[in-house]
Amino acid sequence: MPWPTSPRALKALLADPMGAMGLVLVSLFVIMALAAPILAPYDPLALNVRAKLQGLSWAHWLGTDQLGRDTLSRLIFGARTALSISVTATGIAGAIGLLLGLIAGYGPRWLDAVLVLVLDSVNALPMMMLALAIITVIGPGTFTLILVVVLVSIPSYARLIRAQTLSLRRAEFILAERAIGASTPRILLRHLLPNVLGPLVIVLSMDIPVVIMLEAGLSYLNLGVKPPMPSWGNVLYDGYTSIRTSPTLVIAAGAPLVLATLGFTFLGEGLRDALDPRLASTRPR
Amino acid sequence: MKPPLLEITDLSVAYQTDTGPVMALRGANLVARAGEVIGIVGESGCGKSTLAAAVMNLLPATAKVTGGAVRFLGQDILTLAPQAQRALRGTAMAMIFQDPMTAFNPVLTIGDHLVDFQHQSRAPYRAKLARARDQLALVGLSDPDVILRRYPHQLSGGMRQRVAIAAALLMNPQVLVADEPTTALDVTTEAQILHLLRNLRQTYQGTIVVISHHLGVVAELCDRVYVMYAGQVVEQAMVDDLFHAARHPYTRALLACDPASFPNLTPVLPTIPGRLPDLRDPPKGCSFAPRCALRSARCTVAPPWAQVSPSHGVLCHEVGA
Repeated sequence: MPWPTSPRALKALLADPMGAMGLVLVSLFVIMALAAPILAPYDPLALNVRAKLQGLSWAHWLGTDQLGRDTLSRLIFGARTALSISVTATGIAGAIGLLLGLIAGYGPRWLDAVLVLVLDSVNALPMMMLALAIITVIGPGTFTLILVVVLVSIPSYARLIRAQTLSLRRAEFILAERAIGASTPRILLRHLLPNVLGPLVIVLSMDIPVVIMLEAGLSYLNLGVKPPMPSWGNVLYDGYTSIRTSPTLVIAAGAPLVLATLGFTFLGEGLRDALDPRLASTRPR
Repeated sequence: MKPPLLEITDLSVAYQTDTGPVMALRGANLVARAGEVIGIVGESGCGKSTLAAAVMNLLPATAKVTGGAVRFLGQDILTLAPQAQRALRGTAMAMIFQDPMTAFNPVLTIGDHLVDFQHQSRAPYRAKLARARDQLALVGLSDPDVILRRYPHQLSGGMRQRVAIAAALLMNPQVLVADEPTTALDVTTEAQILHLLRNLRQTYQGTIVVISHHLGVVAELCDRVYVMYAGQVVEQAMVDDLFHAARHPYTRALLACDPASFPNLTPVLPTIPGRLPDLRDPPKGCSFAPRCALRSARCTVAPPWAQVSPSHGVLCHEVGA
């Protein structure tokens, strides 16, 4: 398995215009999130009522909101919120889903039946309803958001991995491994894991924008990240309330959402091609 | 006489299905000594592959051993602890699979595979890689260093089967099971692989069990042949005796159907009339009787195993004894 960081995979990724663009966009957002305090021209929480609802200007590139906070600074810090929540949540959900999927796919049949029953039950709950129920019980906030995302994403990841594992467990190369006396953990970790990891990496990178959207959506409803903490959803909400007087705010808050979604989706598709040795060698250069 | 390396006695295996157990093997016997190449032939569904899987104890979960034993150097491997079985596989026994296209993990390079196949050895990585390189050269692959870095899909079928043979011989196993080793290959490649296997015989000390439905493959490779029909061994003979002095009516019928034996073109290929018995409810007497030209009243009783010469046995009322 060429790992995402291997020079070969990176080269293949950069050779693909879509993948390269995805990588650039995602890198930009990562840099934005990591270097937010350096990049942001103002304190994202600093109020300045005298400069409220300004349009584009040299002082405030993307204007200000109704409390006079600098929109660009809030969006830069919002990238930090969006990325930390989405990457943490999909990472945890992906790891748990991977484990459950491998167990269900390769383990004994009864265990598979039990796991599928549980996963299907969770899946049957409407995502928004579940999110709202959890928020109602433990209150809105970053932790709640991550918990909701982890809970609702595990079933789909586990099902993906389970289906992959099921189709591979009968493969002759697994039988060949057993024929040379490989133990079950060895078969699972060394042979099944790298085969199922590719699809998971792609789905994860494509789900990150979904989580970013969910975070923005819930924050917009004031059920996500608590104001005044900057989040793209919060900025969007602030923009919505003053859309008639200052439409730049909504557009400015929507742009990073769209760009982040595109970036992660492109990166996901690029990774899919770059990580599959069979696709990499057949693609024209 | 050397002691048997591998001895299968009265092995019976049934597959559990929704419509009842299918008796895939019914009291099969087999003896293989060191240095011997054993052939197992028969048509589809006669139990050849079940026998091969039983030798490695790699039967699918739906299969149940209902009797008999598989002894490796006198030890019944079917009753060994899973740990001990795993230790035997790969070191003492290895297998070559039918389809070299699917026998490799698509995301690992050939080098990764060949090092991984030596996981039971404690040698350092470099030594394992060197051993892998030597084995690749041994099976006639030029430029083994390049092959080591290749992924399975980058090799041709014949190259992959060579790699599979190299992989099976990595740990120098005493028993090598080749399940239809050339069936998935085209005839030219098949000839090359047969040539390779024949050459290996000169250096290889252990026993090779070749499973095939192809009589030509068996004639090329084997010293001794077991003919299987409906889950039973119906005839066992040295390869020359089998092809020139077959006794069992089924073996004779099978040989008569081999297109390689026809002097002239025929518009219709000959077949054995009738069909395989239903192994959910195998016939009480001889299982070949319904299709047999020599059938008599005696054939409703299970035939005894008759030794026509010390090295030639047959399961038949009419031609045995």
